[in-house]
Amino acid sequence: MTEGSSFLALTDVTKTYGGVNALKSVCFEARRGSIHAILGENGAGKSTLMKVLAGVTQPDSGAIRLQGDNVTFANPADAAAKGIVCIFQELSIIPDLSVAENICLTQPPKTAFGLIDRKAQDRLAARVLKQMGCGEGIDTRSRCADLPLSKRQIVEIAKAIVQKPDVLILDEATSALTASDVGPVMDLLRRMRDDGACILFISHRMHEIEALADTCSVFRNGEHVSTFASGAKTHDEIVQLMIGKPISQVYPDKPAEVPVAPPYLDIHDLRWGDQLKGVSLSLRPGEIVGLGGLDGQGQQEVLLAIAGVLRGTTGTVRINGRPAVHRGPKGGKGSDMRIALIPEDRKTQGLFLSLSVRDNLTVSMLDRLSRYAVVDRPGEKALVGRMIDLLKIKTDNADVAVGTLSGGNQQKVVLAKWLATDPKLLLLMDPTRGIDVGTKQEIYRLLRRLAGDGLAILFHSTDYDELIGLCDRALIMYDGRVASTLSGPSLNEHNILSSALNLSHDNSGRETAAPTAALAEGLA
Amino acid sequence: MTAFLDIHLRRNNRALLAWLVLGGLLVYFLHIHPRGASIGVLSAWANQGTALAFLAVGQTIVVMSRGVDLSIGPIMALTNCLASHLVNGGPLELAFGIAIVVLAGAVCGAINGIVVVVGKIQPIIATLATGAIYSGFALIIRPIPGGSIDETLSELTTGDLAGILPSSIVVLLVLVCLFWLPVSKASLGRSIVAVGSSEQAAYMSGLKVDRAKIAAYTLGGIFASFSGLFIGFQTLSGDPSIGLPYTLNSIAAVVIGGTALTGGAGSVLGSIAGALILRTIGSLIFFTGLPPLAQPLFEGTVLLVAVAFGATRLLRINNRLEVFQ
Repeated sequence: MTEGSSFLALTDVTKTYGGVNALKSVCFEARRGSIHAILGENGAGKSTLMKVLAGVTQPDSGAIRLQGDNVTFANPADAAAKGIVCIFQELSIIPDLSVAENICLTQPPKTAFGLIDRKAQDRLAARVLKQMGCGEGIDTRSRCADLPLSKRQIVEIAKAIVQKPDVLILDEATSALTASDVGPVMDLLRRMRDDGACILFISHRMHEIEALADTCSVFRNGEHVSTFASGAKTHDEIVQLMIGKPISQVYPDKPAEVPVAPPYLDIHDLRWGDQLKGVSLSLRPGEIVGLGGLDGQGQQEVLLAIAGVLRGTTGTVRINGRPAVHRGPKGGKGSDMRIALIPEDRKTQGLFLSLSVRDNLTVSMLDRLSRYAVVDRPGEKALVGRMIDLLKIKTDNADVAVGTLSGGNQQKVVLAKWLATDPKLLLLMDPTRGIDVGTKQEIYRLLRRLAGDGLAILFHSTDYDELIGLCDRALIMYDGRVASTLSGPSLNEHNILSSALNLSHDNSGRETAAPTAALAEGLA
Repeated sequence: MTAFLDIHLRRNNRALLAWLVLGGLLVYFLHIHPRGASIGVLSAWANQGTALAFLAVGQTIVVMSRGVDLSIGPIMALTNCLASHLVNGGPLELAFGIAIVVLAGAVCGAINGIVVVVGKIQPIIATLATGAIYSGFALIIRPIPGGSIDETLSELTTGDLAGILPSSIVVLLVLVCLFWLPVSKASLGRSIVAVGSSEQAAYMSGLKVDRAKIAAYTLGGIFASFSGLFIGFQTLSGDPSIGLPYTLNSIAAVVIGGTALTGGAGSVLGSIAGALILRTIGSLIFFTGLPPLAQPLFEGTVLLVAVAFGATRLLRINNRLEVFQ
């Protein structure tokens, strides 16, 4: 086997989950000394491909060859023994162990007696973090559960590279990193490539792929569609390959007229701990208002406070002209408030993954669907059918476990479950994160239509493109306050970025150029 | 160094608190004891708590792997009954008898682990069932309390060491150092904690999840057999129903010692303190003249206070979503 020829090869690999073909006769090759980007919408089969390679799941048929030899992996330990290591989205971090214990978990340094050598372990962990160039400020002895998400992701990456893998697979491994840490990690990957590693890189961030990849492969609906040298196709051509058809306009038109109805939601001087420092905003029926900014500036807390999840808030929250009494999501769906909160994490807060689509769709509605505490089955069935049609949820029937659906369809179920309660105010927490372009577009259109019917929508997003494309107004938060309100022509990328960094708009000279570029990388 | 101490204390502060509480209780106990502070009183006090302390150590190891062992009392009874047949005679027979008893405990524990891992049965149900089976075996080999156990060994383990230390405590600590300390410092111990902290992450990290779980239950069984042996040295006989109250008390001792039942972290030393606290309460009630029937009431109160102490974190949380994590 010579340098440069295929190091890792898949032939006719097929994997089926409950009737859905996650991988259909996939043939795929990757070389040593190259960074190979894998692109595709959610549900395209990227994650399944990676799980097959990492030994997490086993293919139904087909062969995996490594350096020409057929290999099978019963579990991740098998794959790691053959030099294939996968970096997940902080999936393999043990929360109760320290940073050093996590980094050295797979192969801890041992003393002569076969016990773990703690000093060597601390040294090794510190060395790997230093080598990565972004581990400053991480105490190797602190417990991983106490670290912020972005630092845990660095530990996850360190844990993989300490094993010196021949094949390194990154599944959205950079999406949780802060902007300043992405650069060093990309440099590290380039160094590993130059040392002969085969790197498979899954990401939704086009600019990272363009900056890093040597080769790109596009997957769609479980099939390997195309492989080409990085830079050989334009951005638009790649997106077309991914969705299989040319994209029409992603965002629906904004209405020309400004709603004039009295505000449904009116917040004045909302404060909570040191995370909300006096937020005021109002929202009329028919409006879609965005909440943006850097991560963790209080956007989530504003929505949670409105929904009554936070204790000890001060200031006034008026719903439909009346002061809101905070009783959590349970009280929020009552007839006096009609609030629906779409939570941030659909897998833990939004859905019961092991329950059926039907149970998930009606769980927030059971009181209204019941007579004398008995659920009205025909009524339930009709409602479920209506919601599946309204959101075009792709499922064989309403009885399958919601966990078997693709990410986009799962998110539709979360939306449907709350839309079924007939809300007047919809609070969305980053509802399109990790969702494919096609589903995003459907959700945008649905939201605009619902707004047209008089729903007030408050929309927290980490994607500034979305704030511009979808929202009538966007409130950019900084340090627990609304830094600026943007609408019309002033709702543009530059203003969002400078507000998020708390720079004034007119001061767009040289000083702001550098941080804005760095931020753009982080937000994109 | 201070940073290290800080982290160490933060991880083990509840175990430390358990030892402080135990220290206070012990001082009070020696103070009100009619015979005052003497090595005899101290040894008697230690003997009261050692059997439960052994079980608490075993239970802690299982709990750290996010399991629970409801068969730990029955294993103790079974090994106690075995000991009443086997731990007799000359030195060789004694060594052989003890080895068989400990092996039996290990086998019982390993069976628990295998049932949990291979059968994919929830630990609470799996060990409830195996516990009933072990109780059955105990009744078969010794239908009514009786038998005999070597008296020299009994005096050695329940007396005192050179008039300074209760030998039961010394035996307890030596066995913990021999059977748990090396494991806790090796990959196996880390795997047990990792599995308890996040089984998914442990699997993804390529750890041997199944082996770690079986090992945790096996160690639990081994420490249960130490408990069965020790109770034999105390009573010089075997009793098939001796384990009954011990199972739930071992879980209580684990919680009082600062180990959360959610797994992933724990302190074996804390659990020893927890076991001794529970037993000291019983002795205190006896000597203060409170009605002995009130003992469960006091033990229950201490358990609630210990659990409530662990939950004080929740009072500081103002985001209701974090309460559920």
